[in-house]
Amino acid sequence: MSRSGGDGTGLVVSGSTGDAWELVIGLEVHCELATATKLFCACPNRFGDEPNTNVCPVCLGLPGSLPVLNKAAVELALRIGRALGCTVRPGVFARKNYFYPDMPKDYQISQYDQPTNVDGWLGLPDGSRVGIERAHIEEDTGKNTHAGDTGRIHGSDYSLIDYNRAGVPLVEIVGRPDIATGDQAKAFVSELRKILLATGASDAKMEEGSLRVDANVSVRRPGAGLGTRCEIKNLNSLRSLGRAIDHEARRQIELIEAGDRVTQQTRHWDEEGGCTRPGRSKEEAEDYRYFQEPDLVPLAPSAEWVKDIDEALPTLPAKRRSALGAAAGMADTHAGVVIAVDRDLDALGLAAIQAGGDPARVLTHIEHNLAVEGADALEPEKLADLVKLELEGKLTATQAKVVLAEMVATGTAPAEIAAARGFEAMATSALEATVDEVIGSEQAEWDELVRAPEDDKRIKKLNGFFTGKIMKASRGQADGKAVNALLVQRRSAARVERGLD
Amino acid sequence: MAPGAAGTAVSLAAAVRAGDLSATEVLEAHLASIEEREGEVHAFNLVVTEQARARASQIDDAVSAGNDPGPLAGVPVALKDNMCTRGIPTTCSSRILEGWHPPYDATVVTRLAEAGAVVVGKTNLDEFAMGSSTENSAFGPTRNPADPTRVPGGSSGGSAAAVAAGFVPIALGSDTGGSIRQPAALCGVVGAKPTYGAVSRYGLVAFASSLDQIGPFARTVADAAAVLDVISGHDPADSTSIPQDALDLASHLDAGVEGLRIGVVTELMGDGIAPDVRARVGEAADALERAGASVDEASVPAVTYGLSAYYLIAPAEASSNLARYDGVRYGLRADGATTGEMMEATRTAGFGDEVKRRIMLGTYALSAGYYDAYYGKALKVRTLIIADFAAAYDSHDLLLSPTSPTTAFALGDKVDDPLLMYMNDVCTIPSNLSGQPAISVPFGTGSDGLPVGVQVLAPALGETVMFRAAAVIEDAAP
Repeated sequence: MSRSGGDGTGLVVSGSTGDAWELVIGLEVHCELATATKLFCACPNRFGDEPNTNVCPVCLGLPGSLPVLNKAAVELALRIGRALGCTVRPGVFARKNYFYPDMPKDYQISQYDQPTNVDGWLGLPDGSRVGIERAHIEEDTGKNTHAGDTGRIHGSDYSLIDYNRAGVPLVEIVGRPDIATGDQAKAFVSELRKILLATGASDAKMEEGSLRVDANVSVRRPGAGLGTRCEIKNLNSLRSLGRAIDHEARRQIELIEAGDRVTQQTRHWDEEGGCTRPGRSKEEAEDYRYFQEPDLVPLAPSAEWVKDIDEALPTLPAKRRSALGAAAGMADTHAGVVIAVDRDLDALGLAAIQAGGDPARVLTHIEHNLAVEGADALEPEKLADLVKLELEGKLTATQAKVVLAEMVATGTAPAEIAAARGFEAMATSALEATVDEVIGSEQAEWDELVRAPEDDKRIKKLNGFFTGKIMKASRGQADGKAVNALLVQRRSAARVERGLD
Repeated sequence: MAPGAAGTAVSLAAAVRAGDLSATEVLEAHLASIEEREGEVHAFNLVVTEQARARASQIDDAVSAGNDPGPLAGVPVALKDNMCTRGIPTTCSSRILEGWHPPYDATVVTRLAEAGAVVVGKTNLDEFAMGSSTENSAFGPTRNPADPTRVPGGSSGGSAAAVAAGFVPIALGSDTGGSIRQPAALCGVVGAKPTYGAVSRYGLVAFASSLDQIGPFARTVADAAAVLDVISGHDPADSTSIPQDALDLASHLDAGVEGLRIGVVTELMGDGIAPDVRARVGEAADALERAGASVDEASVPAVTYGLSAYYLIAPAEASSNLARYDGVRYGLRADGATTGEMMEATRTAGFGDEVKRRIMLGTYALSAGYYDAYYGKALKVRTLIIADFAAAYDSHDLLLSPTSPTTAFALGDKVDDPLLMYMNDVCTIPSNLSGQPAISVPFGTGSDGLPVGVQVLAPALGETVMFRAAAVIEDAAP
């Protein structure tokens, strides 16, 4: 009934009324920190181990046990905060109290009103900025497996609990509701993921649950106040995120247009059904009775520590894209630029361009021919040399690809490889001679080609005929594009000569 | 009291280390005392006779081999049953922990063992340390050895009674609002609550985390000092543990009080305090003065709000600390059709009335819409009390007060009136809220012939001076 605008305005047009609607989306992202041990004890923080083997009195919440904060987790949380431009403040841990069997203490230790990281932002590739309200530290819960029909706690016959995940360090990144489309939401998560990987803070795998996204979605008529939001959970991929937002927006618009109201609630995305379903309803909404965690002291990272974090922070993907884009004379969003940064090959690309390599060809190689092991070890000067050989017409695109693969494997200079393989120079003058020679020996076909009107089907066929002859005559050393260009040039010259044009 | 069981911890350890007495002899003498009167007193939830014998024999082997088992060599010790002991049930005197065997030792238990002490058993307490009479135990009340018709105080009533009855020379208790000092006073023994963070809480089953501290019971000030010297000092497993070395109280005990400025807390000497108790505090003050201290009155106005603040803060923390007893992982599990119903049934069956009362109070105090009016305000009062103590310590080295408003009351007397019961802690609670140390020293008896305790209070980390004054009071006691 409605389509999300691809123009970035986020306007949605209702199919039934033709009215325009705006989406307001805020994302909450939980990421598991890539520490060796858990947040408050020395148990391994490892995914996929035998259930209930990475546990101790502390992460099982046994009576008398006490938490001790893991410095490495704070370090990673600070990296995330600083990478998102947050201010680091003294943080205080609180207890979030609610009963749930996967939570050993029946409260979660989390930062509440005094989070460590506040007021940052994330730049999206489209140039927009999404505010980050906070990025706070908290512990993960265990994992329930509900046996029985529903797969949910209600209606299950019994539940199994794995506490290996209990106490794993998390950072919850709470974005401001600055997102207007499902695509933007996907871009936000994708960009955030790149930052988490770049800073080494998390392995950020949505499918393993080390990156978990909840989306708060509401709709409103343009210019109106905020609508009632629903929180969508169980989004296990970027695709689910986009689909769930689109579906939820449609559901809310339909409700409102039918005269109903949106109820604030948590909804679960049903991937198979392609819809969201209500979770915990408002009546069961919990009062978490937050209060300061008395077993921990406040966390006040020193200015010096924050400075060290800043200095050690890697250049972030957005900055790397703009650096490469600027050097290449291309937009930051150019596929070659984006992929180069994603594959950590932007430094190679930059250096190759600086060494005189043609930017477009350098990026083309990075995008299409360098998704291989060892590509990052390639010497930029050699990549630049290869591109020069291509540009001089000394190597065809096909040959260049072969040479490049060998360069990656052996580190040999492109000219040497080309020589060894007999990819010798087919200079333009030599090519011209070959072309003219073939034209001279195939006069009937040439005459037909020259005379054929521009939209004639025979042109393509005859071009192919000549290209084949020329390639054969050059023993495959001619560049296909150059051959085609010469044929076009010779044909139009002949037409002018014959008074046809 | 059986022969050999009368010695102090310090003298017993010295004899064992010197080879004059064996740890086994010492233990057997104390086991005989237990055998003789435990049926009447009910100080213990569990006596671990065989483990204790094995441990005593180890100590004796060490001594024979020429090794020094440590400063508490062969000294029998009782542990309040809210301290985790590896493989030995730890019940908190609650049905909800039925069948639970901790897989680890509390830090204090490890330190006692390293010092050569011999654990003889786990002592009774008010369930989860909530109470002032040890009547709130799922396993029945403990009786006061001085008069078995009376309560021993609480919540560490079992530990206090065990020391008073001569079952052990020393015991550990935990003090959240007076749970060491008040029973020490009522049973006529020494009981000390150190500065918050001086002794590790790791392995102490939490009641109210920001208030709980472990401390010793002993028959002498010197024994209490010896125990604190062993169990104090930084523990990396407790984030609230103060990063400092263990206390060294024993070597300063005899330094006296010459030149110290000591203030008797005006607000804790008023109408709510029995006249005979007040009189004893006055006599103790006189004794300190005779020993060279200058004694005057000190006002700490905010302590009068201590009880109200405490009964919001402690239940609030307890409501969260006790949430984990949900039947899912350990202890009691009652049947229920759903997880929620199972949890509810378990907690209904497993907790006693006082625990339920405090969980409800605390849950309410932390609830949205009530937090500011109750819990938030209580925190402000706590800040005020800290400030008022700080002001009093500007002009005083130590403060003096009664420990308990009355001597031991009869079993059943206050059990149906929670507010009257809570009043028992009016003199002890302020030190928990301020995190400062305090010690109760026996000082004669009341008009009923039952023990009276005098409380010495000190600023944070003021244990050394506090123990010096305690020793002077002990010497002067009638």
